[in-house]
Amino acid sequence: MERVLELAKKAAEEAEVFLASVTETPVGFEANRLKRLETRESSSLSLRIIKEGKIGFATTTKLSDPQALVEMAVETAQFGVEARFALPSQQAYPQVEVYDPEVEAVPIEDMVELGDSLMAKVRDHTPELVCEAGVAKSVGRVRILNSRGGEASYQKSFFTIALEGTLIRDTDMLFVGEVESSCQPITDLTALTDTVIQQLELAKNTASVSSGQLPVVFTPRGVRSAFLSPLALAFNGRMVVQGASPLVGREGKQLFDNRFSLWDDATIAYRPASRPCDDEGVPSQKTALIEKGIVANFLYDLQTAALASARSTGNGSRGRGGMPSPSVSALVIEEGDMPFEEMIRDMKEGLVVEQLIGAEQGNILGGEFSGNVLLGYKVERGEVVGRVKDTMVSGNIYHALRELSAIGREAKWVGSVIRTPALYCPKLAVASKG
Amino acid sequence: MLQIEQIRQWIPHAFKGQPADYIEVRIEEREASRIQYRGRELEETGLSTSLGGNVRALVNGGWGFVSFNELEGLKEKVELAVKQARLVGKEVSSFAPVAPVVDMVEPEGKKDPTTIPLAQKKNLLDEYNEIIWSTPKIQTSVITYGDGAKKIIFANSEGSHIEQTKMDVSLRIAVITRENGDVQQATLSLGSSGDFGFMQGLHHQVKETAQRAVALLSAPHFKGGEYTVVLDPVLAGVFAHEAFGHLSESDFVYENERLKDIMVLGRRFSGEHLNIVDGATIPGFRGSYKYDDEGVPATKTYLIREGVLVGRLHSRETAAKMGEEPTGNARALDYRHPPIVRMTNTFIEPREVSFDEMIADIREGVYVKNWYGGMTSMEMFTFSAGEAYMIRDGRVAELLRPVVLTGNVFVTLGNIDAIGNDLQMNQGGGCGKGAQSPLPVSNGSPHIRIRKCLVGGR
Repeated sequence: MERVLELAKKAAEEAEVFLASVTETPVGFEANRLKRLETRESSSLSLRIIKEGKIGFATTTKLSDPQALVEMAVETAQFGVEARFALPSQQAYPQVEVYDPEVEAVPIEDMVELGDSLMAKVRDHTPELVCEAGVAKSVGRVRILNSRGGEASYQKSFFTIALEGTLIRDTDMLFVGEVESSCQPITDLTALTDTVIQQLELAKNTASVSSGQLPVVFTPRGVRSAFLSPLALAFNGRMVVQGASPLVGREGKQLFDNRFSLWDDATIAYRPASRPCDDEGVPSQKTALIEKGIVANFLYDLQTAALASARSTGNGSRGRGGMPSPSVSALVIEEGDMPFEEMIRDMKEGLVVEQLIGAEQGNILGGEFSGNVLLGYKVERGEVVGRVKDTMVSGNIYHALRELSAIGREAKWVGSVIRTPALYCPKLAVASKG
Repeated sequence: MLQIEQIRQWIPHAFKGQPADYIEVRIEEREASRIQYRGRELEETGLSTSLGGNVRALVNGGWGFVSFNELEGLKEKVELAVKQARLVGKEVSSFAPVAPVVDMVEPEGKKDPTTIPLAQKKNLLDEYNEIIWSTPKIQTSVITYGDGAKKIIFANSEGSHIEQTKMDVSLRIAVITRENGDVQQATLSLGSSGDFGFMQGLHHQVKETAQRAVALLSAPHFKGGEYTVVLDPVLAGVFAHEAFGHLSESDFVYENERLKDIMVLGRRFSGEHLNIVDGATIPGFRGSYKYDDEGVPATKTYLIREGVLVGRLHSRETAAKMGEEPTGNARALDYRHPPIVRMTNTFIEPREVSFDEMIADIREGVYVKNWYGGMTSMEMFTFSAGEAYMIRDGRVAELLRPVVLTGNVFVTLGNIDAIGNDLQMNQGGGCGKGAQSPLPVSNGSPHIRIRKCLVGGR
């Protein structure tokens, strides 16, 4: 890395070298039994330079040819965009716990055992369920060096367990599932199995809803499938500097329900999205996005922050070796005061949405979501009466989140990108067949 | 560090004496370029190179898989994959026999994008961006261009050794308009298996896309419900891919007894006018190739013939487990992934009905064009249209806000009541499955009409 930096400094005014390597060990289960063991090792080296004020970029997995990497970066710099930022010099980084040596030490046999017992527990409830499951551990290392003396490095461990179950009766297919992840080993399967068993229970019967405007409760998984993408896009600094986000120029305005608060946080201990610094070496932080319904801040990397006359929020991320660009770390929605059961009791006729498919295909930049209910339940006079099918839910987050009936009391992580309670919308468009 | 040419001779040694039913090695070297504009300005140009590989081993029905960037120590990597497979395997391996192949496949003569200077690519994109920005009310635009060429060496313990060069080029343009806090967008998406010519001469299409993004700002909202829907060739191709293609991927089916009952060959899904085909042997498309990533020769497979399920897509393992012939559909996104069953070029065969005949007797319906995205959960599918218009009294009427179509595959295939005469292939899509996305594929169809289709709106 030092060699690359040295060569790059001869060819350009500024340079930044980024090295990421990871070793993953996934264990895969198919059709209720162990199917494969894998080991995946990868490493990539990226170089960003500023030459005559313009950015050049190249990346490679061939770690042994630094000169070729520098030449590629120089070639792109002649067409590059003007650099508006300065690379960070030596920084003080927050202490963020993301590495647990116990992860690496988990024996493969234990991972196999975890997957087997997870499938056994849910199939104990529903023997006809066909399960796919995955248990994986990984350890990654990141190191950043730049020509201004900036230097950062950290290690991160990751452990995840996922289950997907399919239940087929004639041509009727039910899909249930849950995923849990952490930077520490996961040993307790209770939360995972409870969630899946609850899904199976609620979906025992089928029911149909009427088309029209209905109250809808989004479970944490439902919130992720409908709201995550439009929210992540609206607060992305790139969308903001382009004026493409509907929130541009609306900081300080009350656009959401006054109980609705949202922030981005890369500093939560042992969460897979956490890290001491972003992929440009800017210290990680917690950034308020919506405070009691009021638009507060946006998420920036170095370049977009400079364009917006703001400061980087430490959200510069590289998707697999690419150029840094702003991206959410982990979104957190603040808990409210209503238990999930009470939301259900509150509805005369309504819908509970666990998962929408296709919700992210529409005009998400405009805040729209419209998807088929892959897993969701009908509520009649305060009780879940069965699973719905052939049903679409559509809306726009800027309407749906402006006035909520309630926010759930218990929040939970859905994957590694969002922690959210259930959200209860008073009225959304529901279209149903039959 | 070892070079790709040097690894060739090491492969047979690495297989020797390994206690496995089957072992394969895949080594890939790739170079790629990427150019992205956001708004008026070029935002990113990047070049990348990569070299990596994997070993996959099968022992007693269990799989081991090792992927890496460092080519040294291939023998140890094979040993690790075999050891993993032994830990898993507790039954008898099922793996359809395929005759060993030794072949070198070079790409056909076309405008190889990797030989075109970055400056020329940029000039072309500058022209397109200029067209977008000469349209009023544009808030911003995103143009993403990417191309790549990769050389793949595949060898297995049965004696196959195949070297293929594959190229891909893609362009996606999104135009975003904004008025009074309302944001709309229109997109254009194209691709080719390595012919830069496909990226040229799109000026008119770019202009139309920009104008549509503006028109959407004043388009009315759509009232959701059941309608008679006419799909253009692009969206009908997505429908064939999403709604039926994924169900035909045997890895979903082969170990699921109930799904096997549903997808039983001979089952009628639609009227006699419907034929759905998948085939990598059809030359010149993004899903075309000579051998798949298990070294199996590509084929052309009828999935539905005259409305009846007649075939499905296989890897060597799924073919053996289901007692059918392998179809050469095992594909891996890159060396970091094992091959899984995937589509290639999927399309609905053309029939006789003209577009005018198709809409003539629709009093109130929806004409949907262009794909924006699609997703399936086997039984249910959704796909979103890039453009939608009302059909009133047999005529295409006003532009609508974007709509999403959804339904149950089994019901919807039966509700196709007209198939057009104007087959077109669409090369703009990439397919995602598991963690492997986007894989180059193409879809196609003539115009089709579906009765009682659920359309989501507000």
